[in-house]
Amino acid sequence: MSTIRLPEILQKAKAQILEEWVKQQMSGAGARADLIKDGELRKQSEEFLNNFQRSAQSGETENIQLPAWAPTLELIADLTRQRERMGFSPSETALFIFSLKEPLLAQVRAELKKDPEAAIEESMGISALLDKLGLYTTEIYQASREEVIRRQQEELLELSTPVVKMWDGIVALPLIGTLDSARTSVVMESLLQRIVETGSEIAIIDITGVPTVDTLVAQHLLKTVAAARLMGADCIISGIRPQIAQTMVHLAIDLSAVTTKATMAEALKTALARTGHRVVKDVVLKA
Amino acid sequence: MQDRIPILHMSNFLLVTIQVDMHDRLALQLQDDLTSKISATGARGVLIDISSLEMVDSFIGRVLGNISSMSRVLDAKTVVVGMQPAVAITLVELGLSLPGILTALNVAKGMELLSRD
Repeated sequence: MSTIRLPEILQKAKAQILEEWVKQQMSGAGARADLIKDGELRKQSEEFLNNFQRSAQSGETENIQLPAWAPTLELIADLTRQRERMGFSPSETALFIFSLKEPLLAQVRAELKKDPEAAIEESMGISALLDKLGLYTTEIYQASREEVIRRQQEELLELSTPVVKMWDGIVALPLIGTLDSARTSVVMESLLQRIVETGSEIAIIDITGVPTVDTLVAQHLLKTVAAARLMGADCIISGIRPQIAQTMVHLAIDLSAVTTKATMAEALKTALARTGHRVVKDVVLKA
Repeated sequence: MQDRIPILHMSNFLLVTIQVDMHDRLALQLQDDLTSKISATGARGVLIDISSLEMVDSFIGRVLGNISSMSRVLDAKTVVVGMQPAVAITLVELGLSLPGILTALNVAKGMELLSRD
């Protein structure tokens, strides 16, 4: 597949290609007049075509990883990230590149009318090149999405592990969300650290906000309990919902070594009793 | 001369404070010394303070467990106090949750636990 004529064609009919390409984009499947202004679209298209022409002049159209293509790829990456933020779907973003095929190939056909063999050869080369560039937008799109997910996960990790002091010698850890190994180790560390800082003998781990408890999560919980015990603090697990209690028994998870309570209130009551406190209701004496 | 960990004798209890890095020979020496001291003094409780211990391996963990079981045979309770969070996590990850051992947060609480009965 050769694309020897591509730079020449671009040079000769750039204005016409741009015109048809922009028209194509505004009317075609990927058109999103609600998201991008016509002027902006034209500007981006023109910029891309300029870079594309410069890169194509290097003659290396088989491999877009070569340095000659770097500016074009960079521009594509910028445009893709921008469009992702604007709300374009991945296929709409890829269509930006793919829609260039039709006007470009029309020019090739017109240019090489006398030599059909060469026209087919040239078309195939251009088509393969644009396919690669189109797929590159998808790659960038996905990478930027993954970046967002990763950042959110990190934020979640930091937000979701508060250890609160309930009373002298009692701390509580309300767990919210799914527990995985990474989160559990953060949770475990911050709980143990707080136990040392506050000199607490009792830690209440509340799992009301944990949607599912499987064997792995239970194992993580038991590890935390064992580590706290080694330091000299007792753990009470509270907030086990009825469905979760059923699942745990079906999975043969043995929690007999740990004190478990249905609610945080019950757990606090037990903790207060163990530390020698008593909660008494005020009796109002009637005159 | 081999270095040893000093064992303090306080009324009915034996007090051990580990302030150096435990190596295997030292741990075994401590196990030896403690058992003979318990039988010599008739102590009813052993308190091991490991708050300055920053590293443990599976061997040390096992020795701690053994000391506790041995002193129980000699009718003395063992309390390990002041374990650092990192040490606790390491032991649990090693699968050594030392089920037979008593623990407390600090020396005061450990003494309270020992003298409870």
